Amino acid sequence: MKIGPSLIIGGALFALAIFVGVFAPWLAHTDPVMDANLMNAEEPPSWTWWFGTDAQGRDIYSRVVYGARISLTVGIVSQLVNSVIGTTLGLTAGYWAGWWDDFVNGLTNLMLAIPSLIFALAIMAVLGPGLTSLLIALGLTNWSFTCRIARASTLSLKSQGYVQAARVLGYGDLRIMITQLLPNMLGPIIVIATLGMGAAVLAEAALSFLGLGIRPPYPSWGSMLSEARDQITTAPWLSIFPGLAIFLTVLGLNLLGDGLRDILDPQSRSRRT
Amino acid sequence: MTGPPLIEVENLRIDLDDGSRHVAAVEGVSFRIDRGETFGLVGESGCGKSITALALIGLLRRPLSIGAGVIRFEGRELQRLPAAEQRALRGNRVAMIFQEPMTALNPVSPVGRQIAEMFVLHKGKSWREANQLAIESLVSVRVPAPERRVKDYPHQLSGGMRQRVMIAIALACGPDLLIADEPTTALDVTVQAEIIELMRNLCEERGTAILMISHDLGLVANVCRRVAVMYAGRIVEERGSNDIFRACAHPYTQGLVDSLPRLGSRAALGRSRLKEIAGVVPAIADFPQGCRFNPRCARASDICRTAVPETTRLDAGGLVRCHHHA
Repeated sequence: MKIGPSLIIGGALFALAIFVGVFAPWLAHTDPVMDANLMNAEEPPSWTWWFGTDAQGRDIYSRVVYGARISLTVGIVSQLVNSVIGTTLGLTAGYWAGWWDDFVNGLTNLMLAIPSLIFALAIMAVLGPGLTSLLIALGLTNWSFTCRIARASTLSLKSQGYVQAARVLGYGDLRIMITQLLPNMLGPIIVIATLGMGAAVLAEAALSFLGLGIRPPYPSWGSMLSEARDQITTAPWLSIFPGLAIFLTVLGLNLLGDGLRDILDPQSRSRRT
Repeated sequence: MTGPPLIEVENLRIDLDDGSRHVAAVEGVSFRIDRGETFGLVGESGCGKSITALALIGLLRRPLSIGAGVIRFEGRELQRLPAAEQRALRGNRVAMIFQEPMTALNPVSPVGRQIAEMFVLHKGKSWREANQLAIESLVSVRVPAPERRVKDYPHQLSGGMRQRVMIAIALACGPDLLIADEPTTALDVTVQAEIIELMRNLCEERGTAILMISHDLGLVANVCRRVAVMYAGRIVEERGSNDIFRACAHPYTQGLVDSLPRLGSRAALGRSRLKEIAGVVPAIADFPQGCRFNPRCARASDICRTAVPETTRLDAGGLVRCHHHA
């Protein structure tokens, strides 16, 4: 197993973000919503206020820590939904071909033609802001890339000797898809999924920034940036820290994707002696 | 033994239809294989041997389809069986091993699991039992240290080992017919002999019939009791393998025999060029009228260019499809 530096750094950053999200109640200094105190409004970063405070006197550090929960939930859950939808559609379309393939292809092209953020905006506008609608909106709009990859992999794997062999040996369609095709395309799909998670974290930030995602006063990194934009010159720490959190998480996910791609190739698995 | 033969093919025609043209890739193919028999199908690349095998297991896919003829497995018409029943036959009663042991195994699954899957799929075993049976299968194909090998991935095995694993998978459920499509073409000559020997012994022990497909007449004649020679989609000659070198009736078979290098022939006959058959196999779309071998045949006459020769039974045993057979 060759573990490259990108896998280590990416994995560490992602693990850090998960850790922060899971243990937010222990890591935070104050309650991110309730502990407003106008006496400490807009304090710059210091030993007491690690990341400074906002106009309501809330601790930015605590809000960033709690924000990890929302950003990561959105990133992971929505990308999981995307991966499942995309893989199922792509795999079956590539395998069965015919009208189903045409239908899935048309749908994918439709999804690719509509900018996914605009589509997500429309869904959010219908469902109203909130975590659940965010998950639905982002989970339904970003599967086209996974679908393309799954379909293309299926088409090329279908003619592989072992898939033909499985058919000759009496495997059913579903068994071929699950035991022969899926494991062999999992590498690229996992890579796409980690990159997609990064994109979902960004999309959540964008939607919240536009006021359609997580509603204030609950902290998500995007909504924090949104609230901070008026004070970017007077209190830059309000934007810097949530921005840094987004940046590091997305960078971590991208590096993780790269690193995973290197080890998910079965050829590079070590030879047992 | 009485009763229907294991597999019987009658007048099989396989159509190739890619929308713009419609041609018969295989035509008038008939043969039968009895229980425990060894039967060889020989011919150049593209003569239709592999698609005939695919037709036998009901796996022809567009643009290929069975145009006419009947395939019977133990007397039951294969094309009439429901899809689920056909699938239950595959791997269980009829198994196949392929030319490329490199690509015929799933690269992301340990080989033991791939063998065990056959027991789970066709024999309803639990994974625990199946894993145990997989180890026993590896023992039977003489893979050393099978307990450790079951956990190996295909890329960790050599070509010969992989073909052994393929044989283990194919014979796992004790099939009645093993189709071997160029089973040793991708292997070293020394490994070839071992694999052929292993395959033959295992099938003999279990009474499994072999349909061996190859371009190598010598190899097939060595393994099989009967040999059919295919040319451009038709069987041109079918003989006992003992007769085929001594007295082949069809000029194409004669050409194949003559083009084999013989050990020691240089000492006896002096340095001479290997004989070849002039010309190339015609493409499926422009098969010639009449006998399809006529453009390359030394014995060709006018009738060969107009009339398709019928299958004739030879006095010496065997069948031939030629107007001017020897």
